[in-house]
Amino acid sequence: MSLTLEQVKRIAHLARIETSDAEALTTQGHLNGIFQLIEQMQAVDTSGVEPMAHAQDVSQRLREDAVTESDRRAAYQAVAPEVEVGLYLVPKVIE
Amino acid sequence: MINASLRELSQALAAKKISSVELSTLFLDRIERLNPTLNAFVTVDREKSLKMAVAADARIAAGTAGPLTGVPIAQKDIFCADGWRTTCGSKMLANFISPYDATVIRKMHAEAGLVSLGKTNMDEFAMGSSNETSFFGPVRNPWDTERVPGGSSGGSAAAVAARLAPAATGTDTGGSIRQPAALCNLTGLKPTYGVVSRYGMIAFASSLDQGGPMAASAEDCALLLNTMVGFDERDSTSLERPVEDYTRDLEKPLNGLRIGLPKEFFGEGCDADVMAAVRAAIAEYEKLGATCVEVSLPNSHLSVPAYYVIAPAEASSNLSRFDGVRYGYRAPDYGNLDDMYMKSRAQGFGAEVKRRILIGAYVLSHGYYDAYYLQAQRIRRLIANDFVEAFKQCDVIMGPTSPSTAFKLGEKAADPVQMYLSDIYTIAVNLAGLPGMSIPCGFVGGLPVGLQLIGNYFAEGQLLNVAHRYQQATDWHQRRAAIE
Repeated sequence: MSLTLEQVKRIAHLARIETSDAEALTTQGHLNGIFQLIEQMQAVDTSGVEPMAHAQDVSQRLREDAVTESDRRAAYQAVAPEVEVGLYLVPKVIE
Repeated sequence: MINASLRELSQALAAKKISSVELSTLFLDRIERLNPTLNAFVTVDREKSLKMAVAADARIAAGTAGPLTGVPIAQKDIFCADGWRTTCGSKMLANFISPYDATVIRKMHAEAGLVSLGKTNMDEFAMGSSNETSFFGPVRNPWDTERVPGGSSGGSAAAVAARLAPAATGTDTGGSIRQPAALCNLTGLKPTYGVVSRYGMIAFASSLDQGGPMAASAEDCALLLNTMVGFDERDSTSLERPVEDYTRDLEKPLNGLRIGLPKEFFGEGCDADVMAAVRAAIAEYEKLGATCVEVSLPNSHLSVPAYYVIAPAEASSNLSRFDGVRYGYRAPDYGNLDDMYMKSRAQGFGAEVKRRILIGAYVLSHGYYDAYYLQAQRIRRLIANDFVEAFKQCDVIMGPTSPSTAFKLGEKAADPVQMYLSDIYTIAVNLAGLPGMSIPCGFVGGLPVGLQLIGNYFAEGQLLNVAHRYQQATDWHQRRAAIE
């Protein structure tokens, strides 16, 4: 398998990473090298094997539906690139 | 004092032979002098560190000190620390001042009373095996400054190896504690997945990441691990289990210990001199009363391919949070919202991080999910099952940590696949979620060699015991890099 330049550009867009044509070309070469390594997996018959998502077979804990955190909005917004009256500012989305 | 063990430092502090302020100053001065050569620390804040040292001295005077209160250590810059710049080696977080503590940091500061000397350099978002992907430049190996210290915990490894800190924290997703420990002559431990809280530890691959200690000896690692572990309700994968004292079994004799030697780790692919040092270490273990048995990990050759599907998949999801909105880098010029995301991420992430995000996005995308992501997870189970079978015949598995000694800066940087293969012996351990260690076991051409020890789930105490007894019989771990 090898990725086309178009595929590289498409996944870069999906991942929201701006990529120039020159970068996409270099990336294509690297990714195809990596996928050559990954392809080794395809020779293995894994039918009947349960996928393992996690190292420990434990289920997620549940907790009481209660407020446990204190209000730290000001501290957390202090690290944002742009905020105003408690809101995160981004370019206009809706006209 | 520079070369003292954590126990010796603890005793000196308790006996008031030295104060934490004096001890911390000693290391801070050393950092100031040697860090320009090594680039092991990305952030040092003398004022903050000394404030912690003053508080530690007060605890010692008041008789409320713990075993490591007042001992200075280095923190990998992947752990958020309140009020400290926390960069994860990335331009994306180059100006991020964390508003909270990771659980590991909170436990070390508030409970144990350790003094943080600063934040150590690392591969960007822990993605790398040489510390060359850091936005803050490569770290140099104290044993040979033309060579890499390993990665991703390369700054922590170089800091401890050059005695800029008595010990350090690291994290290990595919070998990032063990490989740099091996390349810098340190003892490093990656615990069983779920033992050390991941809260506030910036996520790379959530089902694989695990924090652990890096130090000069197994005893130091045990003491440090004691301050790091414990159930944490803030980490949904933290395991609820009784707290252990990891120093408890250090002295246990090794008579009757069964060492499993996976034939796949002793075949081709490893430097012959490295292999000779590993075999000599195993012979030493036999003198200490252990017996060896050949075991097999038949799917271990698939661990690198499976890892480079699973880890990037999880990374692409985890790193989607860096969008220039709530924290981190935002591009200076952009048009609409999408353009802001695209430019912020393009400028904020380095090449290796972008590569892994793209691999992850691809293997999770429609039409490829089954063939790549699910296939990798099935292989992950086969790899984990191999260990279950192997541990029926042995107590601990041994082999090389890294196929070579420290390589030259730039040697593998241009070829991602060559770089990935330097973790060929460590990755399976993360996929299975097992604990693993690297301990010093010799030198090749003046460069350190690491012996990898792999234990069964929750066998950290046993691994530390096995490592400690070897370190009682050998002095490899006491050799220090000649850097002044």
